[in-house]
Amino acid sequence: MADDRLHRIMGILSDSFFPLLKAGLYFTIPLTLISFALGIILAFLTALARLSSIKQLNAIARFYLWIFRGTPLLVQLFILFYGFPSMGITLNPFPAAVIGFTLNVGAYSSEIIRAAIQSIPKGQWEAAFSIGMTKSKAMRRIILPQAIRVSLPPLGNSFISLVKDTSLAATITVTEMFQKGQQIASVTYEPLWLYIEVAFIYLIFCTFLSNLQSKLERRYEKGVAR
Amino acid sequence: MISVEKVSKRFGEVEVLRGIDLSIVKGKTAVIIGPSGSGKTTFLRCLNLLETPESGRITLGDKSIDFSGKTKLSSSTITSFRQQTGMVFQNYNLFPHLTAIENVMEGQVHVLKREKIAAREKALTLLDRVGLRDKANMYPHQLSGGQQQRVGIARAMGLDPAVLLFDEPTSALDPELVGEVLKVMKDLAEEGMTMVVVTHEMSFAKNVADHVIFMDQGVIVEKGTPEEVFTNNENPRLVQFLNKVIGR
Repeated sequence: MADDRLHRIMGILSDSFFPLLKAGLYFTIPLTLISFALGIILAFLTALARLSSIKQLNAIARFYLWIFRGTPLLVQLFILFYGFPSMGITLNPFPAAVIGFTLNVGAYSSEIIRAAIQSIPKGQWEAAFSIGMTKSKAMRRIILPQAIRVSLPPLGNSFISLVKDTSLAATITVTEMFQKGQQIASVTYEPLWLYIEVAFIYLIFCTFLSNLQSKLERRYEKGVAR
Repeated sequence: MISVEKVSKRFGEVEVLRGIDLSIVKGKTAVIIGPSGSGKTTFLRCLNLLETPESGRITLGDKSIDFSGKTKLSSSTITSFRQQTGMVFQNYNLFPHLTAIENVMEGQVHVLKREKIAAREKALTLLDRVGLRDKANMYPHQLSGGQQQRVGIARAMGLDPAVLLFDEPTSALDPELVGEVLKVMKDLAEEGMTMVVVTHEMSFAKNVADHVIFMDQGVIVEKGTPEEVFTNNENPRLVQFLNKVIGR
């Protein structure tokens, strides 16, 4: 009897492994990469706006941060996907998820980038000016390369969080990995083992991505005393 | 070469510079001394527009800026004026993510748009001149303070400035490293580089300067040859200052 059950579970797990992995590779990973890439661009622009001396830009950036840091991601996704159609804006699940995650990454990471830029000593700006650089060139050539190094560990954190947060997209009908797991669990009646399997695949993804992060950090470590 | 007329600067309520007049001839070394808070560093930073004076006029080579106007200086005016100067900082401010030679090449390649090969060659010559050719590929954190500051001098020279500005270049150094930096500066002065040096090294002022300028509370109190300033000068503020720094 116990042998039978073990057999059944093993069968379900091995049958579901590739469908789950496929959902991960087709939805979870692209959703993460696209949202993070767009989110970082948005975060950088927001950080620049926050550092800008132009009051209006600063106010817009603050308002954006206030909204997206002050409301739950899940609620934001629901407004985008279930709420917007009543205003005549209907989004497909995947783009809706990308928009939601991008805006979230943009808000949180902008503060990381802003802090990193501000952590570079004033003397670096002055040295850049003293060799004839304009503000934008000093930013690009001198400040950013140093700020990127400072911001990599916390940005890596945001990235890893995002991998896992994409499971929220299941609630707006994106068949990403967690959604797929739910579907299989509901027909096989083995939620415990299936969700453990889903968790395991997330763990593999995150392990792989944190290794990538360490490599990136090492690349930017040159010129830093250890 | 450098001419400064009635330059004033305030930080909020505090008047840091109160009508500075000064001219420095090409090829000469001017050393500015004075107690802390006298405005000497602010004055130096006005010369390359890291600080913008409220009034007065500064002429450097063929470029002249009048600060009395209400309009903000355009960034191209500032950069083109600034490119005539090189600055050496108290804390070196080398770019930590670049090697010594890349520090010296950075402005040449990305500001003056020189070919990389030419810039590298010039950088090597300059590093050789400050005695650091063999450290070209080291990162700043691998160098001693004195070595970093000498790279700082080479970096400032990379853009062929008309004038080199030194802001207390030896103040952050361990005593045994001061000599190597002063030696490089002395050589430059003897080769006819135009230099303005803010320093507390009185022996450098005595032996190397063509003009010594004593500032106190935002004005130039005394100026002249080292002889005139250091020997038998009876100005009470100067005497008091010299007694303090040289020791009785």
